[in-house]
Amino acid sequence: MSEQDVQDWIAKQVANNDVVLFMKGTKQMPQCGFSMQVAQILNHLGVDFKDINVLDDMSVREGVKVFSNWPTVPQLYVKGEFVGGCDIVREMFQAGELQEMLNQKGIANNAQTQTA
Amino acid sequence: MAMAADDIARLIKERFPDAEIQIEDLAGDGDHYAASIVSEAFRGKSRVQQHQMVYDALQGNMGGVLHALALKTAAP
Repeated sequence: MSEQDVQDWIAKQVANNDVVLFMKGTKQMPQCGFSMQVAQILNHLGVDFKDINVLDDMSVREGVKVFSNWPTVPQLYVKGEFVGGCDIVREMFQAGELQEMLNQKGIANNAQTQTA
Repeated sequence: MAMAADDIARLIKERFPDAEIQIEDLAGDGDHYAASIVSEAFRGKSRVQQHQMVYDALQGNMGGVLHALALKTAAP
């Protein structure tokens, strides 16, 4: 794939899936502690998400950094919008902002009853 | 694949002269840091924007020689 093809492919994944996590490893078997933390938070909240293992494809691993102007993986996208990496997702989760944002965007999660 | 805490602080200070910076070497290996940065420059910016500003100040070192830098940013 050309660089533009990779950007188009990433844009398509982000557009076609409500919640996408670019990570090292898979949600069943994360290969990096930071990716694991974000996957755990999403699992804890009962959020259905698509995991994309950047270790499978070097062009995606580099391409996703360009896509979001963000130098590291993991990267979480909700409804087409870049939410952040591990630090931001954890900070938002601890403050209850992540749950609030998921509810606002209509993403099913098990924190719904607490904030509805 | 490592970067000294002083170098990280210097790059951040160059970009955000008013910043209060605390850097912790988490593993003592010069490769896993946590940084807390408070600067007026962050006011009104989203978290993503704030972190992007810091990454930009680090001039491409993040994700390269600098493997792990946990960031916490805020306006005073």
